[in-house]
Amino acid sequence: MQSKHWISALALTAGLVMGGIAQAQTTVRIAWYSDGNEGEVITDLLKRFESQNKDIKVVLDQVPYKAITENLPVQLASGQGPDIARVVDLGGIARYALDLRPHLKDAAYWEKNFGPFLPWMRPEGDTKAITGFMTQLTVTGPFVNKTLFEQAGIAMPGAKATWEDWGKAAKDVAAKVQAPFPLAMDRSGHRFFSVAISEGAKVFDAKGEPAVIDDGFKRGAKLVYDWHQSGVMKKELWGSVSGTAYRGANDEFKNAQVVMYQSGSWQIAQFDKTVGDAFDWIAVPSPCGAGNCSGMPGGAGLVAIKTTKSPEAVAKVMDYLASEPVLSEFYARSLFVPGHLGIAAKGLDYQGASAPAKAALKVFSDQVAQLSAVAYQLQGYTSNRVIFNAVISRLGQAISGEGSLDEAYKRMESDIAQQIAERKK
Amino acid sequence: MASDAPIPAAPSERVGAASFFAAPLAVLMRLIDWPMQVLQRLIGERRMAYVFLLPNLIFFSLFVFLPLIINFIFSVTGGAGLFPSERPYVGAQQYAYLFDCGSFLDPSSCREDHFWRGVSNTARFTVFQVTAMVLFSLLTAVVLNMKIRARGFFRAVYFFPVLLSPVVVALTWKWILQRDGLLNAAITSLGGERILFLVDPSWAMFWIVFVSIWAHMGFYTLILLAGLQAIPADLYEAAEMDATPRWRVFWRITLPLLWPNMIVVIVLALIRGVQTFDEVFVLTGGGPGTATLMVVHYIYETAFANQVQNFGLAAAASVVLGVVLFALTLAQLAASRRKGAA
Repeated sequence: MQSKHWISALALTAGLVMGGIAQAQTTVRIAWYSDGNEGEVITDLLKRFESQNKDIKVVLDQVPYKAITENLPVQLASGQGPDIARVVDLGGIARYALDLRPHLKDAAYWEKNFGPFLPWMRPEGDTKAITGFMTQLTVTGPFVNKTLFEQAGIAMPGAKATWEDWGKAAKDVAAKVQAPFPLAMDRSGHRFFSVAISEGAKVFDAKGEPAVIDDGFKRGAKLVYDWHQSGVMKKELWGSVSGTAYRGANDEFKNAQVVMYQSGSWQIAQFDKTVGDAFDWIAVPSPCGAGNCSGMPGGAGLVAIKTTKSPEAVAKVMDYLASEPVLSEFYARSLFVPGHLGIAAKGLDYQGASAPAKAALKVFSDQVAQLSAVAYQLQGYTSNRVIFNAVISRLGQAISGEGSLDEAYKRMESDIAQQIAERKK
Repeated sequence: MASDAPIPAAPSERVGAASFFAAPLAVLMRLIDWPMQVLQRLIGERRMAYVFLLPNLIFFSLFVFLPLIINFIFSVTGGAGLFPSERPYVGAQQYAYLFDCGSFLDPSSCREDHFWRGVSNTARFTVFQVTAMVLFSLLTAVVLNMKIRARGFFRAVYFFPVLLSPVVVALTWKWILQRDGLLNAAITSLGGERILFLVDPSWAMFWIVFVSIWAHMGFYTLILLAGLQAIPADLYEAAEMDATPRWRVFWRITLPLLWPNMIVVIVLALIRGVQTFDEVFVLTGGGPGTATLMVVHYIYETAFANQVQNFGLAAAASVVLGVVLFALTLAQLAASRRKGAA
C-alpha cells in the first residue's frame, strides 16, 4: 500500500512537472523589422506579456526590411515562416494570414478600432477575416530643412502650395546654399503615387481593375522626370539602382544635403534622434497638384500567419499587443501615427518626443483627413505592389536615359498585366 | 583469405587521436570486409568501383541533380505558388516569353527586355573583364616570377583580395567611389569637379569591371605563376646563351608553354564572369537604369524581389544560363584534357 502511494505521488509530481514544461514550451515567433526604435519598444512590451503569461514564450526575430519584403513571402509560400510577422506588403501576404476571429477575446473591439484597415490585410474576396492590426499608420509627406531655407533667405511656400512651387523653391535654396539635393524622394511606389494622385491619377477603372496610365498619372510621372532633367532631383537616388530596389535619402537628409525630402511619418523618430540640434527640420502638409493635395496612406501591419501551430497563443499575443493601453504606449514611445481609431480620437501624448517631432506628428496626423479615396483604394488593393514595382522600375529606366516616358508607360502596362495574369493562374 | 590476416598493430610511437581511432576502425573494417568480398564475387572486381561511387552519386543526385530537375519542371509551369501541385503546366510558354524579341541585338525590342539587357550587360562585362583580367594576371605573374626584391610580399599582396568576401569588396569600393567617397574627396581637394562614378552608365560599367579584376586577379595570377614555374629553366638558359631578345623568349618559350594554364584561366574567368552577381548587386544595384543589370540579378529579381514571385520565368532564365555555363564547362574540360595530353 505504502509503495502504491509512493508511485502515485511520483506520477503526480512527474505529471505536474511535465505539464509545466509543456505549458512553458508554447513558443510564438514574431518576424519584426524596425525603422526606428520600435524594436526596443515591442521587446519591452513582450517582456511584460511573458511575465503575465508564463505559458507562452515570445521570440522576437528582428530582421532587415529586405528580409520582410523578399525572404518572408518565399518562406510563407513554402509553408514555413513565423507565427506572426510585421509586414508592409499587406495584400501580398494576405493569403497566408490567419483569421483570428475564432480565437480572439473580443472580435468586436477589433472591428470597432481597426475597421478601416482590416480589409488591407484580408485575402482577396474575404470580407470578414481579422488577420492583424496596423503597428502604425503611415502617411507620405515631405520633411523640410528649415535652416537651409533661412540661410538662403527664401520664404517657404505656404499652405496649398503646388509640387511645382516646392520644386522651384527647393532648387533656389539648394543653389544659394550649395546643397547637392534640392528635392529628394524615396525610390518607392508609395512616394511616387503621392505625387501622381495629387496630380489626379485615378489608378483604377469603374470596375475596380487597374487602369494605371491616365492623364493624372502622366502629369505626376512627367513632373518627376522633368525634375531629374532640370536638376531639382538627382539621379543618384532614383537613377542609381535598377528594377524594384528601394532607395531612401535618410542619410543625405540627416547630413543636411537635402532641402526637401519626400518620405513619410515613420521617419520622425529617426530624425528626432539623429538630427538632434544639427539643424531645424519640419514636416509640411502634402503639396497639391491638379487633382488634390493627397499623400498616400500605408504602414506596417502585424499579421498572424495561418501555418502557426498555436493559434490560441498567437491570438493571445495579438490581443495583448492590440489592447488600447499597450498599443497607446507602443505608438507613443515609437512616435507613430496610430492605426487605432479609439486612440486616434483620444489623441496621444508623445511624452518622449522633442518639440519638432511633436509638431511633425501633428502635421502627419492632420494629413490623414486629406487623403483621397483613390489613395485608400490603392493601398487596399491586393496587388498594389505589382503596380508600385512596375512604376518605379520603368520610370527609373526613363530617368536614367533608357528610353522615353511613353515607352516607359507601355512597359508599365505590360508588366502589370503580365504579373497579375501570372498571379491568377 | 585477406579477412583472416591479422590487423597490424599501431606503431607504438603513434599516440593520441590516431591510436584512439585505430581499434574501432579495425573492427569496422572487419565488419565490412566479408560483405564486400561477397559483393565482389557476385558483381565482379571491375564493377566494384560503382559501389564506391554510389554514396557520392546519391549525395550529388539529392543536392545537385534533383534541384536541376526541379528547376526545369518549374520552368515549364506558371503561377505564383511554390509547390508543384499549385503550379499549372504551361509548356514552353516561359521560354517563348523570354525569346519573344524583334531583334536579339536590341533588348528594347524584346517583350522581356530586362532579361536581354541582363544578357547584353553580362556579355559585355565578361568580354571586357576576361580580356583585361587575363592580360593583367599574365603581366603580374611574369613580374612576380622574376627575381625581384620582396617577391613573397608582393605575391601575398596580390593574392590578398581573393580572400575577401565579394560583399566586403563591393562595400569597400562603394565607400571609395560614391559621391562623398574617397576618390571624389581627392578630386575635389585638387580643385576638380565631383564625378558620379556609379551614376554615369559608362563609368559604372568601367568600375564594376575594375573592381572585379581587382578582387579576383590574384587567383588567376597564382595559376599562371604555377605554370611559369613549371617551365624548365634550361630552356631560358639556352635562349640566354643564344642571346635571344627577351620579347622573343616570351613569345616563343613562355607563352606556348604557358598556354594550357592560360586556357584554364580564360575558361574559369569566363564562367565566373557569366555568373557575376554579388559584387555588382552591392556596388551599383544593377543601375543606373539597367546599365549594370546582370542575368543572375534578373533571375533573383524575377524570383524574389517582385511581388508576384515569378518562379517559372526565373527558372526558365536559369535554364538558359545553365546551358551557357554547361557549354563553358565543356570547353574547360576539353582544355584540361588537352593540357593533360600536353
